[in-house]
Amino acid sequence: MDLVLPDFGLLFWTGIVFCSLLFLLAKFAWKPILNAVNERGNSIAEALELAEKTREEMKTLKAENDQILKAAKAERDEILKDAKQTSNGMIEAAKEKSKEEAQKIVDAARDSIRSEKAVAMAELKTHVAALSLEIAEKVIRTELSSDEKQKALANNLASDINMN
Amino acid sequence: MSSFVSIANEHEAGGHEEKEFDVSEMIMHHVKDAHEWHLWGPEHGGTSIYLPVILKTEDGIKTFSSSHLYHGELVHEGENHYYKGVGPAEGFGMFHEKIYQLDAHGALHFEEGHVHGNVKPLDFSITKNVTSLFIGSFLVFIIMFSCARFYKNNGAVAPRGIAKFMEPLILFVQDDIAKANINEKKYKKFVPFLLTIFFFIWINNLLGLIPIFPGSANLTGNISVTFFLACLTLIIILVNGNKNYWGHIFAPPGVPKALLPIMIPIEIVGIFTKPFALMIRLFANITAGHIIILALISIIFINKNVAWGALSVPMALFISVLELLVAALQAYLFAMLSALFIGAAVEDAHH
Repeated sequence: MDLVLPDFGLLFWTGIVFCSLLFLLAKFAWKPILNAVNERGNSIAEALELAEKTREEMKTLKAENDQILKAAKAERDEILKDAKQTSNGMIEAAKEKSKEEAQKIVDAARDSIRSEKAVAMAELKTHVAALSLEIAEKVIRTELSSDEKQKALANNLASDINMN
Repeated sequence: MSSFVSIANEHEAGGHEEKEFDVSEMIMHHVKDAHEWHLWGPEHGGTSIYLPVILKTEDGIKTFSSSHLYHGELVHEGENHYYKGVGPAEGFGMFHEKIYQLDAHGALHFEEGHVHGNVKPLDFSITKNVTSLFIGSFLVFIIMFSCARFYKNNGAVAPRGIAKFMEPLILFVQDDIAKANINEKKYKKFVPFLLTIFFFIWINNLLGLIPIFPGSANLTGNISVTFFLACLTLIIILVNGNKNYWGHIFAPPGVPKALLPIMIPIEIVGIFTKPFALMIRLFANITAGHIIILALISIIFINKNVAWGALSVPMALFISVLELLVAALQAYLFAMLSALFIGAAVEDAHH
């Protein structure tokens, strides 16, 4: 029967020991432990939240970057196209110019050749005329070296005039 | 467990005074409190730690070592036998670990197996259970204090060492026992109590399962201890019970007026049945565990044949392992139900 009857002495000691244990643990164990653990839990939750936020930011940032990249690519293509066009134009113009230049040179050369030729011709003509005169003088000299010959010539000439 | 050896010794040595092995007396002796902590050797004259006796008598407080009782004169009076104190314990007699004052003739009187007519002084002795209580509480404090020191030294980091082992349990009590059963805004106040009660019961349950010193005391299976713990829960419920709680007792909503004379007494009884159930549950579970293990080991001594150990030892081992589970389970249940009752007492009205 006394198994199920509380014993005053043990009850007394249990009360003292349990209450002091409760007080001591609450002050020196539960408070610091729970504070540390809950603080850690909060910091972990905050860190997770921050990570989530950062991920979102990264996402928008990436989208922005993509857009910027796309625009840059388009711009580059545009620039390249322009440059090609310009360079093509320039090459074309240079070709044209060089052709013109060449034509000019050829023309100038032709002109100079022509004038040179004319000069040469004139000189030649003079030479030929002089030579002809010389030859004619020589011929005449021989022709008119005797009286008969002078007479014959005069006759010849007179006959020519008569025929007209 | 050591006193089994002593029983065996007695049987071997004292063939001439072979008395019948009384299982129930042996078991009752082991699950009850004692003024000595028996270590080994025969029951009378073996090695024991004699614990201090503190008595509050009419002449004031008397303190002496219990060895003056155990080593006193063993008086047989019919079926009953008791120790008569010597030296500083002169004038006191101990019958079944209860200390009485001897009468003018220096004797105890019995009536139907109980002491009758002798004055029983208030016994504040540091008994086996009180010693176990000191050891268990000291252990709980040291374990938790080292945990706290870890956090103090390392800050709010991932736990290591003892804190790594205790933190999940502490968090379990906080989140799954306190927070789950008590209003979100009010649970914080009760967490220290629930934590203390959980670890106090658990560690002392485990200590009780160790068959040798500093274990083996049946502390949490003692009605005084469970009575105190249940009373504490009751006090916390009564102190913290709000308007809604008292309203449900004295003016149960939705109950016809005619039924109130029946309902109110039932509700009032209900206040006390909850902690009463807590008290009985812990006491009965732990005591039953001790009794089963002792009974299984006793098979050997009843049959007086060591070969029975092949049966009783594996069975006792199995029950011991089961008791490890029960030790944690009962601590959990006590804390859980305390939280549940407290939660019901502080719950706000929601209709």
